[in-house]
Amino acid sequence: MSDSPLLNVSSLSRIFGTQHAVSDVSFSINKGEVLGFLGPNGAGKSTTMKMISGNLAPSSGEITINGYDLLTQAKQAKAHIGYLPEQPPLYKELTVKEFLSFCAQINQIPSAKRNKAINIAIERCGLKNVARRLIGHLSKGFQQRVGIAQAIIHSPAVVILDEPTSGLDPIQIKEIRHLIREIASEHSVILSTHILPEVQTLCDRVQIINNGKLVFSDTLSGLSQHMQASSLLVTLNAPPTRVQLYTLEGVTSIESLSPTQFKLHYHPEHNPTELLLEQAVSRQWQLMELTPIQHSLEDTFMNIIQQENISMEHA
Amino acid sequence: MWPLAKNELYRLFLSPLAWVILALSQVILAYLFLTHIDYFIQIQAKISAIPGAPGVTELVATPLLNNAATILLLLTPLITMRLIAEERRNENLPLLLSAPLSMIQIVLGKFLGTLGFFIIFLLLLSLMPLSLAVGSHLDFGLLAAAFLGLTLLVASFTAIGLFLSSLTKQPSIAAIISFASLFLLWIIDWASQSTGIFSWLSLLNHYQPLLQGEVHTRDIAYYLIVIAVFLILTVRHLDSERLN
Repeated sequence: MSDSPLLNVSSLSRIFGTQHAVSDVSFSINKGEVLGFLGPNGAGKSTTMKMISGNLAPSSGEITINGYDLLTQAKQAKAHIGYLPEQPPLYKELTVKEFLSFCAQINQIPSAKRNKAINIAIERCGLKNVARRLIGHLSKGFQQRVGIAQAIIHSPAVVILDEPTSGLDPIQIKEIRHLIREIASEHSVILSTHILPEVQTLCDRVQIINNGKLVFSDTLSGLSQHMQASSLLVTLNAPPTRVQLYTLEGVTSIESLSPTQFKLHYHPEHNPTELLLEQAVSRQWQLMELTPIQHSLEDTFMNIIQQENISMEHA
Repeated sequence: MWPLAKNELYRLFLSPLAWVILALSQVILAYLFLTHIDYFIQIQAKISAIPGAPGVTELVATPLLNNAATILLLLTPLITMRLIAEERRNENLPLLLSAPLSMIQIVLGKFLGTLGFFIIFLLLLSLMPLSLAVGSHLDFGLLAAAFLGLTLLVASFTAIGLFLSSLTKQPSIAAIISFASLFLLWIIDWASQSTGIFSWLSLLNHYQPLLQGEVHTRDIAYYLIVIAVFLILTVRHLDSERLN
């Protein structure tokens, strides 16, 4: 195999009537990567997922999976994807094993390998104890696992998970995340979500989509740089006057949170931390606390989305 | 395609619907079978003297299969309504659409699975006239022609029901529309007497000759065309749904 990406999406658009649900989205995913697809509800995440899983035809653009074009070589391309929609597609009147056996058959796993594939999927998704139970009788968390098992049974190159943890309780969410991390060791995963910590714990790369447009695409470390803030939280037991603090190079504004606690905003290129430390020691300000304030992922996310919305209004 | 057909048939028998339909229709058909036999016994003495008089096959099996066609008209929408409408309502279609299957395979799989159910129905039904072979002489040629006709008829019902099920999200709506359409195609020749396009369109008109033991290519072709047209329409509709 060459280094060409497993999934390549170029200038994908989808128009519903007059509304551009997705416009001109391009991205690719490499082997073993976990790509997080972030965005507010209704931003076009699910529409994109539906298109790359072959459930919805794009208005324009191209999708290639493992070298096969999804539109012209649909069968070969679909053999390399596993898809779990927002609502897991399950036949609730079947047992877990019967259902997975059906999935193995429609995914054209040869009968000699079918049992092994079913057992591996059951094993990996922790379904061993419920394999003979009816899907309709399982809890939502287990149903979600069956949905994931269905998506990985034919060991596809790319696994597409659309909001896999929505509607689950915190323990189930933790378990599903653990499962996704395991799956990521063997498959490339595209994960759509609007839960931000999920991206932080699971993904290598993040894409943010808003109003159908890709507004941000970077690695997770790139995102955390974005999150680097330009303020410090300082507690000084013997604080100097505000004027003295302003003399520190780079400090742009000061908020007093209490007589001894301050929030210093500074110019991103002039970090005053070292200066502040020196001064605090030499002038005996009695430094008690010095914390760089990190933007949460939420803030960054909101920033990116809002910037985009503003620039759209101006355009 | 075959796994899909198998799955469809298997899931049908997991629901009480299939069992109830099979059981109740057997009861009704058995009762009708009995009345036909009763009638035959009554007139047997009178007609035995007439040369070339209708035999037991014509007087019992033919009317029974004619009744069966009416019952199937009523039952088919109940079975076909869920085919695609319910999958859509449960949001199960992505499972099939993201699998390496063509739309033709999906539609054919569903069609064949449902047809499998009706073939079981017909096999159970065939036991009634066949049981007469114990004490009488049956016209097997006539019986085979009538069953061929009934199979083609129910296959057309299924294709029409499948298409109408693909149009909606509500199984009950699909059932009502299917029933109305089938009924309309059944009685369409009542308006214009004998010939003309309406008479050609009538599902019933093409069944009667087969029931009488006359196997014409035109009747078989009619059913095959109906089946093909509605299966193609289903494929086209599901494909266009992905586009729009």
